[in-house]
Amino acid sequence: MNAKNVDALSAYFLEDLENNQETHTLSIVVDNEPGVLARVIGLFSGRGYNIDALSVSETEQRHHLSRITIITTGTPQIIEQIRHQLDRLVPVHKVTDLTVEARRKGHEKPLERELALVKVRGQGENRLEALRLAEAFKATVIDATTEHFVFELTGRTNKVTQFIEIMRPLGLIEVARTGVVALCRGSASMRDEMAADI
Amino acid sequence: MKREMTGAEMVLEALKDNGAKHVFGYPGGAVLPIYDAICQQEEIEHILVRHEQGAGHAAEGYARSTGKPGVALATSGPGATNMVTALTDALLDSIPLVCITGQVPSNLIGTDAFQECDTVGITRPCTKHNWLVKDVDDLAAVLHEAFYVATSGRPGPVVVDIPKDVQFATGTYTPPSPQKTQHQSYRPAQKGDITAIRAAVELLARAERPVLYTGGGVVNSGREASQLLRELAELTGAPVTSTLMGLGAYPASGKNWLGMLGMHGTYEANMVMHDCDVMINIGARFDDRITGRLDAFSPNSKKVHIDIDPSSINKIVQVDIPIVGDVAHVLEDMLRLWRCENMQPNPKTKEWHRQIDKWRARDCLAYRNSDEVIMPQYALQRLAAAVKGKDYYISTEVGQHQMWAAQFLPFEEPNRWLTSGGFGTMGYGLPACNGAQVANPDALCINVAGDASILMNIQEMSTAVQHGLSPKNFILNNSYMGMVRQWQQLLHGNRLSHSYTDSLPDFVKLAEAYGAKGIRVTKPDQLDDAIAEMIETPGPVLFDCCVAQLANCFPMIPSGKAHNDMLLPDEATDEAVANAIDEKGKFLV
Repeated sequence: MNAKNVDALSAYFLEDLENNQETHTLSIVVDNEPGVLARVIGLFSGRGYNIDALSVSETEQRHHLSRITIITTGTPQIIEQIRHQLDRLVPVHKVTDLTVEARRKGHEKPLERELALVKVRGQGENRLEALRLAEAFKATVIDATTEHFVFELTGRTNKVTQFIEIMRPLGLIEVARTGVVALCRGSASMRDEMAADI
Repeated sequence: MKREMTGAEMVLEALKDNGAKHVFGYPGGAVLPIYDAICQQEEIEHILVRHEQGAGHAAEGYARSTGKPGVALATSGPGATNMVTALTDALLDSIPLVCITGQVPSNLIGTDAFQECDTVGITRPCTKHNWLVKDVDDLAAVLHEAFYVATSGRPGPVVVDIPKDVQFATGTYTPPSPQKTQHQSYRPAQKGDITAIRAAVELLARAERPVLYTGGGVVNSGREASQLLRELAELTGAPVTSTLMGLGAYPASGKNWLGMLGMHGTYEANMVMHDCDVMINIGARFDDRITGRLDAFSPNSKKVHIDIDPSSINKIVQVDIPIVGDVAHVLEDMLRLWRCENMQPNPKTKEWHRQIDKWRARDCLAYRNSDEVIMPQYALQRLAAAVKGKDYYISTEVGQHQMWAAQFLPFEEPNRWLTSGGFGTMGYGLPACNGAQVANPDALCINVAGDASILMNIQEMSTAVQHGLSPKNFILNNSYMGMVRQWQQLLHGNRLSHSYTDSLPDFVKLAEAYGAKGIRVTKPDQLDDAIAEMIETPGPVLFDCCVAQLANCFPMIPSGKAHNDMLLPDEATDEAVANAIDEKGKFLV
């Protein structure tokens, strides 16, 4: 999914695009209709853009709207392209580059959270250590036997990654992560800028 | 008025209500109900093609020659997949196309039923948008939306996939609303930002070396846009060049005309692009055939880009003043500002025009003519002389003949030049010519073709004969895939791997086999009479113009080179051609 296409700009663009790469969080409000996710991710694969993380769910049932959150990497020019390419898909209502929005408002980053379910199998000292560390990370136990725990952890991506790495020597056997969901800080919302008739 | 009817009848009703008069199609199992409805009405005329790709290109030719959307109809499975090339072609060249496909009945979708394919999945990346209609009560609204999406903003192809049971089902038909209701999510901007437009106008007034670089967006914006472009050129005195797609928006006889730019554009157009200080891009997209080597593209100019599609802006070339909006609207505002403020072109542009005259004097399209063999350029010059003053439409296939046609045939009006620019589809020309003829029954419709391209959709001769169309296929026959051979000479040591067509058909006999007229010429002095005969023949013609086999198309910006590094015909010795492209350039297309 994140194969790099160095020729993404044009066949004539032979310069190295590796430098000047940035990671941005995009929030996309779309009609919740069949195929809409395929349109969005097909655009990324077809044009050689990167998807580092993706999450999607219906967020406004009454209007049949879903919100897709995508973390992507590229030069500022490519990220601007991605935003415009997404915006011209017919079922896309609004695309916001939350990273740009956050910077504009003087924040370092938008609010970003990820949820992970982490299964750890073990006995004795390892098991106790896993539980102690889980408490330190404010992870909760949502399932357990005498041989395993399943922890639920919410936080920034690097916190989740760190927790998983720490659990690895303690008997980590399975992980599921949601991908990032994100919102802008402050009282404004994407809806404010969307068409009033939605 | 709301009415009860079947899904199949709704299709016809929606076509009528959206102004369609013709449908290009081919029947099959999954569209039989629609065909049954077609034969029970008279307002929509159906043109039976011989291959679904032909239906798609014919609808494109129809759309390009009228500015209205073309409509194509195909059955499920192979019918739909045969349409894919035409859909992609329309997407790359921004042609409004409404394509209706039949689908297997709803309850069989996903079972690998006979002639089933995932049409919306396959056509998703090659359409502007597509729909699978599962409920007959949604059908009318989807069809109206399909016409809206195909024709608004940057035009493009759409597909409506209709399962057979939905065609049979009865539901409520609602006509399109007379008051334009706003689309939920797709609302392209028409008017440009006036601050940006003002800045562009001021930049243009100060320019010492301006150029108007126009593209297909001017043609797509409508007749008015071409008129406004002419006024802008007249008022500002700025020279005008155009991409392949925009030919005709500014007249070839206009005094500011530089000719086409780009890989096979004129020397003067490319030198102007390279040396200008202000470039106004009007509805073009900095395609790689235009820019050549990007880091040497017009290095000293301030650039303005007018485009209705925000994703075109800063995609390839970073510009100083982006203006998102419809060309006609933006040009109107530019002209109003120019006139209101009583602006005058910078006096220093006189020097610029003197320089341009020097470049023109280079006579970059010159070629060495012959009394013995027909030079392809000469054949087109004789064709241009013969159609002068006539109401003509020219389509082309793809290759050398296409570039020569763009160089040697003059266009005075928009919508007269139908060619596959972005996608470069061999086999486009004959069906597109048929489509243009359907839309303009009394006009002279000529398809400038190559011997290789014409064979890609030759079966459409049969369509032309059946429907009384008269495409004049002017085949520049050199027995080679000329452009492939030229690139093999440029890149691969003149090793002509599979670019020679052995066993070409006898085009005269082939024409006769279709019930059409065939004409062959082999000598330059036969050309004029033969062309006159072609034009006077009432039906379709295959004109087999046997030309010099190894002629190359010049001037040319070799791959990886800049605008001011053109290969001109009189400098193109065998050695120069063999060494024109360096190692880096070889990797480019």
